[in-house]
Amino acid sequence: MTDTDASTGTTIRGLGHSVRRKEDDRLVRGRGTFVDDVKLPGMLHMALLRSPLAHARITRIDVEAAKAHPGVVAVVTGRDLDAHGLAWMPTLSADTQAVLALDKVVFQGQEVAAVVAEDPYVAADALELIDVDYDPLPAVVDPRRALADDAPLIREDKQGQTGNHIFHWEKGDKEATDRAFAEAARVVSLDTFYPRCHPAPLETCGCVADVDPATGKCTIWLTSQAPHAHRTLFALVAGLPEQNIRIISPDLGGGFGNKVPIYPGYVVATVASLLIGKPVKWIEDRTENLISTGFARDYHMRGEMALSADGKITALRSQVIADHGAFNAAAQPSKFPAGLFHIFTGAYDVPAAHCEVDGVYTNKAPGGIAYRCSFRVTEASYLIERLVQNAAVELEMDPAELRRRNFIQPEQFPYRSAVGWEYDSGDYPKALDLALEKLGYADLRAEQKEKWARGELMGIGIASFTEVVGAGHGADFDIAGLRMFDSAELRVHPTGKAILKIGVQTQGQGHETTFAQIVAGELGIPPEDVAVMHGDTDNTPYGLGTYASRSTPVGGAATAMVARKLRDKATKIAAHLLEAAEEDVEYHEGRFSVRGAPDQSKTIQDVAFAAYTNLPAGMEAGLEGVTYYDPPNMTFPFGT
Amino acid sequence: MQVTVNVNGTGSTVDVEPRLLLVHLLRERLGLTGTHIGCDTTSCGACTVLVDGVAIKSCTYLAVQADGRSVRTVEGLVEGGKPSPLQDAFKEHHGLQCGFCTPGMMLTAEALLADNPDPSEEEVRWALSGNLCRCTGYVNIVRAVQAAGTAIRSAAVAAAPESKAAEPEPADAPVMAGGSQ
Repeated sequence: MTDTDASTGTTIRGLGHSVRRKEDDRLVRGRGTFVDDVKLPGMLHMALLRSPLAHARITRIDVEAAKAHPGVVAVVTGRDLDAHGLAWMPTLSADTQAVLALDKVVFQGQEVAAVVAEDPYVAADALELIDVDYDPLPAVVDPRRALADDAPLIREDKQGQTGNHIFHWEKGDKEATDRAFAEAARVVSLDTFYPRCHPAPLETCGCVADVDPATGKCTIWLTSQAPHAHRTLFALVAGLPEQNIRIISPDLGGGFGNKVPIYPGYVVATVASLLIGKPVKWIEDRTENLISTGFARDYHMRGEMALSADGKITALRSQVIADHGAFNAAAQPSKFPAGLFHIFTGAYDVPAAHCEVDGVYTNKAPGGIAYRCSFRVTEASYLIERLVQNAAVELEMDPAELRRRNFIQPEQFPYRSAVGWEYDSGDYPKALDLALEKLGYADLRAEQKEKWARGELMGIGIASFTEVVGAGHGADFDIAGLRMFDSAELRVHPTGKAILKIGVQTQGQGHETTFAQIVAGELGIPPEDVAVMHGDTDNTPYGLGTYASRSTPVGGAATAMVARKLRDKATKIAAHLLEAAEEDVEYHEGRFSVRGAPDQSKTIQDVAFAAYTNLPAGMEAGLEGVTYYDPPNMTFPFGT
Repeated sequence: MQVTVNVNGTGSTVDVEPRLLLVHLLRERLGLTGTHIGCDTTSCGACTVLVDGVAIKSCTYLAVQADGRSVRTVEGLVEGGKPSPLQDAFKEHHGLQCGFCTPGMMLTAEALLADNPDPSEEEVRWALSGNLCRCTGYVNIVRAVQAAGTAIRSAAVAAAPESKAAEPEPADAPVMAGGSQ
């Protein structure tokens, strides 16, 4: 973005100005505070023993040698946790997950036992002294195989669970869609597998849990993209009073969705600290991160597109087999077990559409998170764009032209899709034209033709997309029942400097800079005078966190709104200082002036001082506020 | 056993187990947490430090191997309390997002610039090929390293008395394609 896009001048530097990031100075000096950098007096170290098998009964666990090892403070098994009612924990998808395995393991890498020791090297040594007898069971890692009648039952712990099917979910009008297919001139189909991938943030997951035996205060430094939601879940799981739980998500070394779920290691470390009375640190290594924590994709997709003879899409349908691993720990809004996959009509005006998703258990690590996109939107985009490409080949049409012919047109917004989304705005042909122009598309096609004639291969790929990001609206979108609003609290001090506290959390997105710029734009306080706090549940208002491209659309909007709230109060104070009527006071870039007499003015800093020193009669002191913002709809960014 | 290391100009003698990794000596014993651990397997480069000026990955390097040597970490890049030209360039060119890979990235770059203060884009990319960034941003990292080289060369010229030979190329000179190593 160039500075010419900015709505404020070079003194205020609101959004649109390219400013140096406020967080960078500490990070380039190596003075960030990541979870593994936290070191507390008396702190112990925890390591987890994991299952080497994907599916097996545990017939015996012998921890005596590990317990006797010098430097070991405690060894914890599922049985130990069970005695406290903590062997199982709820997932973000209303399933239960073993914290430490009891009678059987259901994926390779599953947590079986924990060692707490004075030194991390000693903890690792002691893991090798734990003796576990496994009785192997047949494992199933393909979700289609897992649905077969003779497939091994993975979740014997779940009452009433007789197979490996988790859920069936569908959206759209099946009848209308099937009718359109029956009448279609052409039908194009695609079977595709979008493989499991791991977000692999460079910093692995971990925590330092510190339960104070005197006060009961439980402070957990946690690699968390959603610290407030995690606090509530900890309160519910462990039965701890929520005011006694403080989650601190300090600097995070990337998240990409991987730090949204709650992992067994967090729970065991917290229980260990509670029982031992000392802080316990658990930091997983890279292998543990890759084999056991939240993955993305793993969608087996079938898609079909119905078209008229002239290349107009008339209907779209899809059936998906979704591999959720051994526990359904997908981090998705609770009404949408397949996330927002129903954005699968993409940027196209499709009259009829229907999608079905079936979630399946397999002997693989649990997960299903929003990796570098909104919930399951990448999967949807991948399917529709592959189908459009196939259609172009089959109809012998230029894929750019086929897209242009089917785009939702700019004048159709707001546009209601066949599956119920209301797209707010967009200009898809413009994005396509711009991309083709920048590429020199016509020349590329000519070059391709020449090369083909010579027997050389050359491919040209095009993808258009419409994302759906910025969840809520809270009535429709929630995580474990918690509505997906977000929040901002702004305090302006007497000297005109401010602290902004936000409910979202940053993993490298630069909130400390961007959100300060939002305040600058709304209230005229330069970004360097606005300190942004986040990630500490004791010191920030409740929020649902940062993932699925929601921070700025929701938390950023809350920030703008709280700043406007303060501006309204500031206008009243300015009117008092200027001895003018409130309606005669105008605001522009941090300055309040009397309409028609611009030389009579007060700055936001003057007004902030007056908020504590010289108030209108009857007005409450201070210049601060809090806003919880629940967006009316998602936003729909697009591109080609 | 005892290990004597000079870390960022300060000598320390520490009693360590022979198996202690250098990264743990730095982080746990000497309190220098700017060196991060990303992969434990020499793959990601987050733990890169300089041992006698050579960039090494401290997560698979024993502390005892550093006995009698000098080690430089991100904390040692700061010059007189101020960020070095390299640190400044990372800030100026948005060469970081989450900042976890940044210390390792900068120390690899520091070793490169000491050998070759005017690296081509290809040379920078080759030198940094053992350092991973997950937030994206290699383009800006490369820019930052080249800009730091320019700043360091300019400072050297400004400090050198009347030396024509060391005159750097202007900052906007076209980047020459350099041979890879």
